[in-house]
Amino acid sequence: MSAPALALADVACTFISKDDPGQRYTAVRDVTLTVGAGEFVSVVGPTGCGKSTLLNVAAGLLQPSTGSVQVFGQPLTGINTRAGYMFQAESLMPWRTALANVMAGLEFRSVATADARAQAEEWLRRVGLGGFGDRYPHQLSGGMRKRTSLAQTLALDPDIILMDEPFSALDIQTRQLMENEVLELWARKKKAVLFITHDLDEAIAMSDRVVIMSAGPAARLIGEFNIDIARPRDVAEVKMTPRFVELHAAIWAQLREEVLKGYAQQLKVA
Amino acid sequence: MKSPRRLWPWQAGLLVAIFVFWHLMTTPGLLPNFMFENDRQASFFFGEPIKIGGRIWAWFVTEADIYRHLLVTLTETLLAFGIGSALGLGAGLWLALSPVASGILEPYIKAANSMPRIILAPIFSVWFGLGIASKVALGVTLVFFIVFFNVYQGVKEVSPVVLANARMLGAGPKQLLRHVYLPSATSWVFSSLHTSVGLAFVGAVVGEYLGSSQGVGYLILQAEGTFDINTVMAGILVLTAFALVLDAAVGKVEKRLMKWQPKAGETEKL
Repeated sequence: MSAPALALADVACTFISKDDPGQRYTAVRDVTLTVGAGEFVSVVGPTGCGKSTLLNVAAGLLQPSTGSVQVFGQPLTGINTRAGYMFQAESLMPWRTALANVMAGLEFRSVATADARAQAEEWLRRVGLGGFGDRYPHQLSGGMRKRTSLAQTLALDPDIILMDEPFSALDIQTRQLMENEVLELWARKKKAVLFITHDLDEAIAMSDRVVIMSAGPAARLIGEFNIDIARPRDVAEVKMTPRFVELHAAIWAQLREEVLKGYAQQLKVA
Repeated sequence: MKSPRRLWPWQAGLLVAIFVFWHLMTTPGLLPNFMFENDRQASFFFGEPIKIGGRIWAWFVTEADIYRHLLVTLTETLLAFGIGSALGLGAGLWLALSPVASGILEPYIKAANSMPRIILAPIFSVWFGLGIASKVALGVTLVFFIVFFNVYQGVKEVSPVVLANARMLGAGPKQLLRHVYLPSATSWVFSSLHTSVGLAFVGAVVGEYLGSSQGVGYLILQAEGTFDINTVMAGILVLTAFALVLDAAVGKVEKRLMKWQPKAGETEKL
């Protein structure tokens, strides 16, 4: 069997407060997680449990305090060049048009301009923004900006796609459209996906496997569920199937406690 | 705000009223004296609008000898702006990206910025002579700090998400500088464009006024030496009009270059 696309082994991340070096905060610990090539894995957990930290570690943007990260069997040093990262917050360069944003990654990798332009236009068409290439990000709606981000990430044809609550800022209808689009694009070219969300419905509807994180600080992985629902799926329809309801009940039973714990902790801090 | 179409007659009317008032108060023998003992004193101190108009007419039409001076002042302004901006941009980028250098130089920059730099004009005339160079140098010291602080701020405030995204897309240090830091910094330079062009103009005129052989400031200096208040006033009016034209030109340039920035009230969203 070939090496998994992404393997995190015993990863822990401890942050030291800048103002007071004595203050430490452990965001995640003892995280061991593998994502096979072509596998769609979601991580769900209560807010503030360190899901994004985990993703930054996988992207190579953050060095884990202990533990190791392997990408296709190779230890990760520096930025994970085989991964594309779709951020939760606005990540488009506001001074570039949609087309130039999608071209950016190709440009950075010294693809010839004409070639990069053709590829970027093709990707914009694929995410349904064919006619909007000359718009600046501020002239696009939130959903269109997310689509542009998606095209920007996928245009580089990464082997691993990291997504950090990419649709959390969208309204429910746009969100379902985008989720289906992502599933369709994923089905065409099976990539390893590590998908972070706080929305259990979204996680079950899209993934092969759902991993549950405990409440922070020092969040751990506390459960894992295989989602054995046939593909292709439609995120809206799949929610009506009995198997979905069963899985949802099982996962929620475990997640609920953590959500309540996380909520209680936030109340204590406030 | 009311539409400018309905406001401009009022604006023009106010201008006419000011000149009429000026004319009435200063023309000898037109009104009985109530401020000065002699009816020529008012015109001696404040000039007479009709004579000032005649002076300007002579400068621009009959004698047509002001263009040379205007050109000199314009050259000084543009040179001071160009050199000051380039230096400020370079220094701002360098210091913002190198914490050690900015740490060492911080007190010096603070000192240099809080010093009243106009006072350097006599030193510059000694160093660079009475020609264009000393005026440009004065303007540069004024423009430099405006641009420098804006660029410094601009680089510090680059969105960390945009930065991380560019890194994930494969941008190396040089590409980050060119495609992320520089565009972000230039947007701050352009936001200070009106101020910095204005200060370059101030540097040029003050430099001329303190010692020169050409330029509009020199014309004013000459007239003042012979108590020719009408010419002084004419010079001031020409400078004011010139500054307005310069400001309008800057506005045009800004509009072209900053079209990626959202404007308040823009309803182009789709």
